[in-house]
Amino acid sequence: MNNSVKFAAIFFNTKLKMVAKNHKIIELDKVVVKFAGDSGDGMQLTGTQFSDTSAEIGNDLATFPDFPSEIRAPQGTVAGVSGFQVHVGHADIHTSGDLADVLVAMNPAALKYNLKHCKPSSIIIIDVDSFNDKGYKKAGYEIDPLTDKSLDAYKVIKAPITEMVRLTLKETGLDPKTIDKSRNQFVAGMLFFMFNRDIQGGIDFLKTKFAKKPALVDSNVKVLKAGFYYAETIEELATTYVIKPNLNKKGKYRNIIGNQATAWGLMAASERANLPLFLGSYPITPATGILEELAKHKELGVKTFQAEDEIAGVISSIGAAYAGNFAATSTSGPGLSLKSEALGLAMITELPLVIVNVMRGGPSTGLPTKTEQTDLLQAIYGRNGEAPIPVVAASSPADCFDWAFEASRIALERMTPVILLTDSYLANGSELWKIPDIDAMPKITTDIVAANDDSYLPYNRDEKTFARRWAHPGVPGNEHRVGGLEKSDGKGSVSHDPQNHEKMVYNRAEKVRRVADMYPKQEVLGKKKGKLLVVSWGGTKGGVYTAFSDFEEKGADIAFTNFNYIYPLPKETEEILSNYETILVCELNSGQFASYLRSTFPQFNYKQFNKVQAQPFMVSELKDKFNEMLEA
Amino acid sequence: MTDSIKNIKQYTRKDFVSDQEVKWCAGCGDFSILSAVQNALPEMGVNKEDFVFVSGIGCSSRFPYYVDTYGVHGLHGRAAAIASGVKVANPKLSVWMMTGDGDSMAIGGNHFIHILRRNIDVNIVLFNNRIYGLTKGQYSPTTPLGHVTKTSPYGTIEHPFKPGELAMGAEGTFYARAVDTNPKMMKEIFIEAEKHKGTSLVEVLQNCVIFNNKTHQEITAKDVRDDHQVYLKHGEKMLFGKEKEKGLVLEGLKLKAVTIGEDGYTMDDILVHDAHDDDPTMSFLLARMSLPELPVAMGVIRAYRTVVYDQALEQQIEEVKAKSNIKNMTDLVNSGHTFSL
Repeated sequence: MNNSVKFAAIFFNTKLKMVAKNHKIIELDKVVVKFAGDSGDGMQLTGTQFSDTSAEIGNDLATFPDFPSEIRAPQGTVAGVSGFQVHVGHADIHTSGDLADVLVAMNPAALKYNLKHCKPSSIIIIDVDSFNDKGYKKAGYEIDPLTDKSLDAYKVIKAPITEMVRLTLKETGLDPKTIDKSRNQFVAGMLFFMFNRDIQGGIDFLKTKFAKKPALVDSNVKVLKAGFYYAETIEELATTYVIKPNLNKKGKYRNIIGNQATAWGLMAASERANLPLFLGSYPITPATGILEELAKHKELGVKTFQAEDEIAGVISSIGAAYAGNFAATSTSGPGLSLKSEALGLAMITELPLVIVNVMRGGPSTGLPTKTEQTDLLQAIYGRNGEAPIPVVAASSPADCFDWAFEASRIALERMTPVILLTDSYLANGSELWKIPDIDAMPKITTDIVAANDDSYLPYNRDEKTFARRWAHPGVPGNEHRVGGLEKSDGKGSVSHDPQNHEKMVYNRAEKVRRVADMYPKQEVLGKKKGKLLVVSWGGTKGGVYTAFSDFEEKGADIAFTNFNYIYPLPKETEEILSNYETILVCELNSGQFASYLRSTFPQFNYKQFNKVQAQPFMVSELKDKFNEMLEA
Repeated sequence: MTDSIKNIKQYTRKDFVSDQEVKWCAGCGDFSILSAVQNALPEMGVNKEDFVFVSGIGCSSRFPYYVDTYGVHGLHGRAAAIASGVKVANPKLSVWMMTGDGDSMAIGGNHFIHILRRNIDVNIVLFNNRIYGLTKGQYSPTTPLGHVTKTSPYGTIEHPFKPGELAMGAEGTFYARAVDTNPKMMKEIFIEAEKHKGTSLVEVLQNCVIFNNKTHQEITAKDVRDDHQVYLKHGEKMLFGKEKEKGLVLEGLKLKAVTIGEDGYTMDDILVHDAHDDDPTMSFLLARMSLPELPVAMGVIRAYRTVVYDQALEQQIEEVKAKSNIKNMTDLVNSGHTFSL
């Protein structure tokens, strides 16, 4: 192999130093890199390494892992391809990117699966050693893609990665399996060169990652450097790229994953409410990360209860809420279905509770690792009887923190269960998060009854909020019973009186309606009045906003608003909608938010843009749709 | 609540009677259970505000409304999950779960076995009347095979659970049995259940006067009860009969009822009850005993001490707190890998 001979010559015969090569450097505003390989190829690690080191030099970023639902699907098959997409930029980044500018394909299956996610003319780095008959067969290729011209539109870098990694680590005495596992670092090294990055960032990452296994640090660093120098050597990389720091981001940041941000938001609420946090939960993809994250934080007194099923997850939380903890539960669609009966109990007992539902592809078990917004109507309406529950939705991995906090604030201050909707895309994606000043966050005020309060009646309501008060067991003098049977107004005895029932139904609805008093004003960007309002809710904000900004910059007759407060809607909603000829509702389902708006405000002209492929919107497809609407 | 430091107030039965009208059928066994609980509570050394009664759905599950303590009337089958949440959230509370054979053996079976497995310090009173009462007369998981009910007009073809065996199979650490016709026995056992650290299951053989009247008659009737029940007490001989003239012996792997002085059996042959044995084999044999060969075991059959979930959790939290530098959220969000831009 010509390249490897050249590489070996450089690597072994010369000192490790920067070899000046006459190459061109191009500045990029943003770039999308996709890492893809077998589940065991370490693509998530390499992706994280690349994004962390991007943040280190001040790039804005968003990431999204794309892994199969099987833990270790058959090696080399398309079903087993694990991916990690990184979008980094000098510009502000709001999505993990549409199509890749650079694809790393560790085997033929990774190439086959991802080629459709690459831009024409993108750079594709392959480990040519895995592109053999056996590899093609496993990937389901009938003809060798390297010879059939199907890759002619791309710039393919055929790197003999396996061979060179084995060569690099030959003398280390490591076993072949361990040696091959560090192939990912060869690619990482190549990318460090391609993007003019200081390789030290990658080395530091490995030192932290393998702090407990120093032998692995040494070998991986060797391979990382080998990849770097290989890239420097080959002709195909005569051009390299640089992405300057993002100047809009100032201050102290960290990279945060959506589920972690949700967990931390709940913890911050617990601290600001001065109440211990209890999470009752059952593992379910893609929500498990919240349970796992909270389980780590016993140092802050967090109690996690891994229940025997979804029902016990939420019910134990209701018990904890009655006992005076700040209680939450986490789940995904099928789990929310199982919890419906319990949500009715939480609603009628009027206890504070946050239910995090990380939406995934449905129905039924559906597409567990993929993203969708198909649980919206279930969240708003999915209970027996008249059981209104506030619903809020998060919009980005980092703002899961804010919305978890806001859901908690509503629950605790208004004595109600609150559903927080996130989705698989937010839950597993990451972005830069400006570290907040926790002590400057709003205090959460709870109305807890003091001992021996003679005026206390369990179902008396606050005049302003209509919330009932919260009396904790262990506090003398306020003994009372709550339960799922209808209660008499005020005293809370079991009551079958028809007039009382109707009154209680309206009281509970009124309490939820007044939650909207807590909201800030709903924000609208773009034209105040005009032809087209594009609407997103929750996790589709980033894509819709990015597409909208492009039209706005060109002065198009367009406006944009995103809903995070779903139920009840912000008070200004009707007025905002009345200002536009057409309202285009963009969502990852067949039109649930659109039908909710339509039934609430039937007088307006709604159009829908829907995608139910369990994949996020691409900015390009949104732009095409906006264009079509504006030209109509 | 063993605290001698804590100032425990003095109570009488009246302190635990709520202002709600009790709505069970006249003659229901539930009345005597309620009364026995209300008699036992003042003697537990627990302040009234620290009691929480939780329940699921069914006749038994109306119980929390009738005791003047904190309480939650939950959903069908879910009492164990509510009780778990209450106790884990605040381990200082004395949590009582009032449930029935439909509530805990059928729809709530999963929660029931898992609370026992975790050994959360909750006291469970299982009202076993072998029928669905509130839904008016359908067979339950403890209804005897062949029994005719509204949903088994030709007799059931299902094998019933024995709650005690189910509990021990689920690694339960405390199992006791009582009859609703013996208030003194119930009161003693409820106090024992409170003393036990871990999940205490008390099965009360309870009569449903409307839909399954006299289902436990063979065990509880005045003329046969001395011969058909053995009231087991830890450290005492397993004796029964009006004059305590009968006892239990072990032959091979089977228990046998004998009369002292007959067939060569003496007092020395009679087994001594060890409720604390970590090996549950004898507890199983005792819980399984049934008429006509053997008397039915009453009292605390098993009370084994081991790790208690809620205590272990508190301990783990204290240990982790002591070792960690992260004392609040500000520390946490600023920990690990951060970037200054």
